[in-house]
Amino acid sequence: MTVSSSSPRGDMLMMLGMIVAIVFGPIILAPFGAGYPDLMQKFAIYGIFAIGFNILFGLTGYLSFGHAAFLGVGSYSAVWMFKLLSMNVIPALILAILISGLFALVIGFITLRRSGIYFAILTLAFAQMSYNLAYSVLTPITNGETGLQLLLDDPRILDAPLASGDLPLANLFGLQMNSTYETSFLGMTLYFNAGYYLCGVILLVAFYFAMRIFRSPLGMMLKAIKSNQNRLNYTGVNTRPYTLTAFVISGIYAGLAGGLLACTDPLAGAERMQWTASGEVVLMTILGGAGTLLGPIIGAGAIKYFENIFSAFNESELNAVFSFLPDGLREAVVSVASTFVGEGWQLTLGVLFMLIVIFLPGGLLEGVRRILSLFNRPPGGGMEERSARVKSAA
Amino acid sequence: MGILNVSSINMHFGGLQALNNVNLDVRQGTVHAIIGPNGAGKSTLLNCFVGRLTPDTGVVDFDGISLIGLKPHEINQAGVSRVFQTPEIFGDLSLLENVMIPAFAKRDGSYRQNLWAPLRGESKIRERAMAALADVKMADKAGMIANTLSRGDKRRLELAMGLVQEPKLLLLDEPTAGMARADTNATIALLKEISATGLTMVIIEHDMHVVFSLAERITVLAQGTVIAEDEPAKIKGHPKVQEAYLGGTHS
Repeated sequence: MTVSSSSPRGDMLMMLGMIVAIVFGPIILAPFGAGYPDLMQKFAIYGIFAIGFNILFGLTGYLSFGHAAFLGVGSYSAVWMFKLLSMNVIPALILAILISGLFALVIGFITLRRSGIYFAILTLAFAQMSYNLAYSVLTPITNGETGLQLLLDDPRILDAPLASGDLPLANLFGLQMNSTYETSFLGMTLYFNAGYYLCGVILLVAFYFAMRIFRSPLGMMLKAIKSNQNRLNYTGVNTRPYTLTAFVISGIYAGLAGGLLACTDPLAGAERMQWTASGEVVLMTILGGAGTLLGPIIGAGAIKYFENIFSAFNESELNAVFSFLPDGLREAVVSVASTFVGEGWQLTLGVLFMLIVIFLPGGLLEGVRRILSLFNRPPGGGMEERSARVKSAA
Repeated sequence: MGILNVSSINMHFGGLQALNNVNLDVRQGTVHAIIGPNGAGKSTLLNCFVGRLTPDTGVVDFDGISLIGLKPHEINQAGVSRVFQTPEIFGDLSLLENVMIPAFAKRDGSYRQNLWAPLRGESKIRERAMAALADVKMADKAGMIANTLSRGDKRRLELAMGLVQEPKLLLLDEPTAGMARADTNATIALLKEISATGLTMVIIEHDMHVVFSLAERITVLAQGTVIAEDEPAKIKGHPKVQEAYLGGTHS
């Protein structure tokens, strides 16, 4: 997909598709066992995180291994806003954006002096530093290992005093994030949850903004950085402000995602900043298709879905699945398979990731395109396509 | 005094004196070739013009400003474009994008891209890029991905990327290296056309056929020292040049 080949009509269709997918999300996802609020919120939130990461990695090729730091910063900022100002999500999200953007500006300014592997290591070091600081020096802000939580005696200066002894809930001008309308449809329970729709609307805005960047001169310059930064320097472009812009934008996306995590579940812990969380967004982006618009959302959805499916499996369920096998064999199969599920679901993720990178380097989106091209091939066009491929390989 | 004025350049790498008191005066609107055997210091000299290397001592003045200490992008903005020996292009972007990028760089300087204006609304930049592609006879390939081009075509694309910026000085590092004879002749014809527009060019070249077809003035480097600078006809017969470079066998 090149910048110049995009058409306004194609973009509008993609946007409409996103709107439909988000509005009817609870109905679309229910048959897959993924239609409950908690998971749907995660799809949207990690979709935002991955879209933002893709603006840096997919466009400029700068691989950051520390983006979870911004996610964590966003969460802490949001929870502090809940504690000090109001349980309304708007100020919380605004602060999450501001603080993570500022944090990204500082870290980007330092780390972008290097590129390639050195940049990756520097960002990783910064994220681990933030993680350790959250557990040590910054405990007054982060509340250390317990994590930052809401307390009954928090000031919340804009909110009315609590009527009962219960902790307040995050809301959007009174609409509580956990309020859910349940209904039954074809034997399935559908959950229409306020928190999910908030995340969904923000995902839409985030997606639209990313699309504008992809289609703008800025996006083309960022792609040029990935393609040949040296040439760009000799073309009269100082690349630093461009990479810094991309870094800050992606940091803000991560902070926004962190803020939304806090909106749907008002607590923040340092484990959100751990390097495994940073690695996860790299996996999401590559799994879905780095440098594409939809890829990161697909990747985020796939990983969160599989995490949910595979981590829920346990040995007795496996025994039930393999019950058709003779006893001795079944035990052997179950003992092998059980290492891939439950706590060990990341092993499955690792295998899946390897298969994708080896056989579908363009990610899941490339897989979808290949399947579509099987159906769209014009009659007798096989030869032409092959010769075109030979030409492009030469 | 010419548009590019180089005096007393010295440059050494460790114990090797790569450039030894080099002087060069490139006149406005001419094609100036720098020739010399391998290791003579031609590319080192060129790298001193574009900010890739900083000479130990000496002056590089271009159009009234000193280029010493400027960064590559600043030198480009001053009006110097360079075509590399190995094509430096944006391989995974289309030809049109390859040429639009320098056009944007020229218009917006180092950082003034409009985030919100969609690219397809930039019709003027697109027209200029298409015109530059047409200048190098590649307008019909505008939609192709640059990496799929042949080496000769990549060179021509890079030339278009330089030309679209309407530079005051174009530096060409062996523009026909590795090309077949037919491609070389096409490139010579193209460069002649460009030169006729009055653009000043500095060419580093091994191929004497190219040099003597294009150059109006030739500087000969050997072991980091200028041994001759003159018109092509006189260079051909210069005894020192024959000895150092042509080995007396070139007619």
